Amino acid sequence: MQQLAMPTEATHVPTTVVRDPIVEIRGISKIYGSTVTALQDINLKFERGHLTSLLGPSGCGKTTLLKIVAGLLQPTSGQILVNGKPVTGPGRERAFVFQDFALMPWATVLENAAFGLKMQGVARSLREDRARHYIAEVGLSGFEQKYPHELSGGMRQRVGLARALAVNADILLMDEPFSAVDEQTRRKFQEDLMRLREVENKTFLFVTHSIEEAVYVSDRIVMLSPRPGRVSEIIDPQIRADITPDELRRDEAYLDTVERIWTGIKKYVE
Amino acid sequence: MTTANPSIPTYGLQSGLGLRLWHAGLHWKILSIAVFALIWQMTAMSGFNFAFPTFTATMSALWSMIADGSMGAAYLRTMEPLVIGLTISLSIGISAGVAMGLRASVEWVTLPLFIVMQAAPMAALIPLVTFVYGIGLTSKVLAVVMLAMPVIAMNCYKAVRNVPPSMVSMCRSFTGSRMQQVTQIILPAASPMMFAGLRLGVAEGFSGVVLAELLITPTGIGDLITYHRSVANFAHMYATIVSIVLFAILAVSLLQWLEGRLFHAERRGN
Repeated sequence: MQQLAMPTEATHVPTTVVRDPIVEIRGISKIYGSTVTALQDINLKFERGHLTSLLGPSGCGKTTLLKIVAGLLQPTSGQILVNGKPVTGPGRERAFVFQDFALMPWATVLENAAFGLKMQGVARSLREDRARHYIAEVGLSGFEQKYPHELSGGMRQRVGLARALAVNADILLMDEPFSAVDEQTRRKFQEDLMRLREVENKTFLFVTHSIEEAVYVSDRIVMLSPRPGRVSEIIDPQIRADITPDELRRDEAYLDTVERIWTGIKKYVE
Repeated sequence: MTTANPSIPTYGLQSGLGLRLWHAGLHWKILSIAVFALIWQMTAMSGFNFAFPTFTATMSALWSMIADGSMGAAYLRTMEPLVIGLTISLSIGISAGVAMGLRASVEWVTLPLFIVMQAAPMAALIPLVTFVYGIGLTSKVLAVVMLAMPVIAMNCYKAVRNVPPSMVSMCRSFTGSRMQQVTQIILPAASPMMFAGLRLGVAEGFSGVVLAELLITPTGIGDLITYHRSVANFAHMYATIVSIVLFAILAVSLLQWLEGRLFHAERRGN
């Protein structure tokens, strides 16, 4: 594990070393209308089984990039490869977790969590079994028959996460999943996400504007700069793998990395 | 107004004056009717207008008209254009509204038509309709359609447009086809507001049929009103008016009740 090496120093990786890329971004540009360049010539590779964060100030196109990887948006130019195959639209190997949860208010937690499987034509009893398993996995057992409005924001996002896990995709694309959730819930959620990573062997692509969150949860952080959106820096926060959440928040490597990212990002913030 | 309030009575958490009245105990409703009747009775007895009958006289006229069957016969006649007109308005209005919401090309062609129909005072066009289609059933059906259809179509259109885009993206990201997006997300999400439009449309349909029966040729309810006015049977005239008001209230309340049942008001706290 590379996280075990050199616990005290965050390393700047100028040329990214990716041994087994699951997602490849090749020369992606996105121009809205004819004038607004949201993304300019992005080239990236994402390591299989890792959690990579896209971090940057607002307007740097991080959500746009994630939606292009998801196949929800078409790039103006360039190509996305997933498992070596070019992306033309949404696919079963990718699952999306939405910032605003995107739950169906008329459907129960169980129906919401099973929705992705329903779209794939999985039979009811089978998809409900799978959904129940992942509802338990995200800590919502007993809430299967509740409706979204009966849940708190954090619980709603857990349903969104269960829905994405249930389709058993290789890649989870998370668009600021905790930004609509209060701070305490958010911390708990991040810790649960770390635990989930151990259990589920998946690749995570995580968009966030929170530096602390990115450093805490990521194997690698891709920093984007705004107008036009480009990759400005790639950082591997090398934090001990066996660290507890409470130790981590006082860990020197953690604090140094946060500081370093903030220094880099500061110039874009008015 | 073009837009209906999509909110429906919610049981439980939410409360507002309107909702509280809706769910008020039966004795409060009876009391408010009693107060209304008392004011009516006193106003009429004060003799401010010779053509204004007392509440009791109106009620006994109502009873005599029900007893001699003239009321029932009149309603049978009135129902014919109303039911045909509403059936046409619902089927064309809903399909046109949904199609406009889903497809920009349909919207471009059809929307201006409905906006004009909704903005124009349709009652003023009824004489024109009589010129073209004569004084028969066709004209009366057309009067109902002209009043009821625009509000139904416009509400369906707006309901479809108001579906949160992230919910549609969600369906797409889980590989839902366009057909699945429409049937699984767009229609269920739009249905409460669509139904509110139906309720307004039915209320408009009542106006349409009464206008037609007063302006085109006196039949059914319009005939009863016109006849009793001409022979100065004011109590009977008022009784007829009261009956059509009650009938419209009953029909609209029935729809509202159905709406609550269908869309499980208690599940949509939003």
